[in-house]
Amino acid sequence: MPAVECRHLNKTYRQGDLEVVGLRDVDLVIESGEFTCLSAPSGGGKTTLLNAIGGLDQPDSGEILVDGERVDTMSKAERASLRLHKIGFVFQAYNLIPVLSASENVEFVMQVQGLSKEERRQRSTQALADVGLEGLGDRRPAQMSGGQQQRVAVARAIVSEPVLVLADEPTANLDSQTSEQLMELFQSLNENRGTTFVIATHDEGVMAYTRRRVRLLDGRLVGDGPPEAAPS
Amino acid sequence: MATLRLALQLGWRNLWRNKRRTGIMLAAIGVGAWAMIFVTAFSRGMVDQVVRDGIRALPGHVQIHHPGFRDDPSVATLIDRPRADLVAALTDEAVTSWTSRVRVPAVVSSERETRGVTLVGIDPETERDISFVADDLVEGRFLESPEDKGLILGRKMAERLETGLGKRVVVMSQTPSNDIAERGFRIVGLFESELEAQELGFAFAGEEQVQSLLEIGDRTSEIAIAVADLEKVKPVFETVEAAAGEEVEVAPWFEVDSFLFSLHTMMDSFVYLWVIIVFLALSFGLVNTLVMAVFERVREIGLMLALGVTPRNIRAQIVAEALLLLVVGLVLGNVAAWVTLSLFKDGVDLSVVSEGLQQMGAASVLIPSVTLEDVLTANVLVLVLGFFASLSPAWRASRLEPVEAITKV
Repeated sequence: MPAVECRHLNKTYRQGDLEVVGLRDVDLVIESGEFTCLSAPSGGGKTTLLNAIGGLDQPDSGEILVDGERVDTMSKAERASLRLHKIGFVFQAYNLIPVLSASENVEFVMQVQGLSKEERRQRSTQALADVGLEGLGDRRPAQMSGGQQQRVAVARAIVSEPVLVLADEPTANLDSQTSEQLMELFQSLNENRGTTFVIATHDEGVMAYTRRRVRLLDGRLVGDGPPEAAPS
Repeated sequence: MATLRLALQLGWRNLWRNKRRTGIMLAAIGVGAWAMIFVTAFSRGMVDQVVRDGIRALPGHVQIHHPGFRDDPSVATLIDRPRADLVAALTDEAVTSWTSRVRVPAVVSSERETRGVTLVGIDPETERDISFVADDLVEGRFLESPEDKGLILGRKMAERLETGLGKRVVVMSQTPSNDIAERGFRIVGLFESELEAQELGFAFAGEEQVQSLLEIGDRTSEIAIAVADLEKVKPVFETVEAAAGEEVEVAPWFEVDSFLFSLHTMMDSFVYLWVIIVFLALSFGLVNTLVMAVFERVREIGLMLALGVTPRNIRAQIVAEALLLLVVGLVLGNVAAWVTLSLFKDGVDLSVVSEGLQQMGAASVLIPSVTLEDVLTANVLVLVLGFFASLSPAWRASRLEPVEAITKV
């Protein structure tokens, strides 16, 4: 079963008096275990598509299935539940809750899911170790670098073993070295755990790490293939 | 449960993110809670004292008198001494004491001045436990028996009459046959009262002396009954009323003095009103603090919604934050109130405004009266009202769209 299926997705926004096309008849299938990037110039529709897949935004028309479940027809509460149990998110910035420590941030989703304290603690310790932050669980976000904060966000995204991890410009606020480290981390999690990643980016360096590049332009899907084969 | 714990954890930590704002809000809630408890205790102390003094001023908790006595408290409205069945009813264990009195309007004349008073013929032995006169005696002696030929006056009355202890005065009143009766009494005691009206209003003599002066045999004006506490008034009243018979009227204190009763019942309404007024003032600060907190954390709330936290959980977090703020503020306010009330446990001297207080029947030294019920009312009302006040910002936070919130600049 594919991790994601999008059929004839359309989405328009209003910006003042203007009507802006976000997505135009997008068809996309992402299989489980794929490591995919969505690339587009700014305003090209990559974040719109990512938000629609994640149930953060509703398309005007078309169908979205995540792990076989129709997302576009779900209620708000059902979409919240889907995100909680099946999707991990990594955003560009403001990824962490400042009043919680790193391990509490990682445990946050599991706590909302209702997992026991022992299980949460065990899994968060392991997840932090997996992202190279062993021993830093007690630090608050303000006491960590941008790269470390993004790693904590990744740990939170993978800790409850979601069907899909959606990352929106995860390296945009990081320097090149930290960006590389983060992408290597994504890559290793994809290879070792089989986690499906969909990363929205316009950074060629980030794209190089992925195995599939889906290219969008003005909301339309204009290319789909390995990164090196995609038109520049 | 886990969600509630999370809401409390986040609420508590978020509370201390802006220490200055939280500190100001805590100070406001603390002062508000202090004011609610202290002012309520102060007011209740005043009302309790007015009621207590009012009851001690003569009526007792339950009174038996002639049906016309309240309209015309004179020699024309007398009753017989209590029969055996009524005396038996007066031995009820809730009755702490009872006494009979003759009360008639009279005139007291010294060699220089003449003043009108209410002449009260008392049995000193039983009167001692019911009314103020024995306790308030400051000079001379109390009456020794119903046959005692002495007279007790208020100090202010003695001053007005330009007389004093040991001197003789003439007391005049009217007999049932409408003749003027007069007798000389020696002043054997002077009392001072917090209330000027008491000092000027009453002259006390032995009951049998007054009965003999008025030629009324052993008839009397009223029987005043004291009970252990106000809760016992109603059952004692019912027992006594059943035993007293048709020819007399039995009335509880709240019927005899409806002003006192109004004060007593008004106090409960006052507590609610006062707490609500203080809370309304506080609620502006509370709602403002919460709105600011939500405004500052739009992105964070958006993140939580994006991660799958339900709007209900977001509402719970904001409400938890508000309630934690209120709980901490209330604890501070309660402690401050307890400290202040401990400092004033012997009373607050308000002699600078004593004339105004006397108009209300209150003494110039007010002893605050704290009841657990009042403290609980203030605290619970603040929490309940705080809960409702926090719903609006909580609702606003939960209505945020994650996509918009998370990208909010």
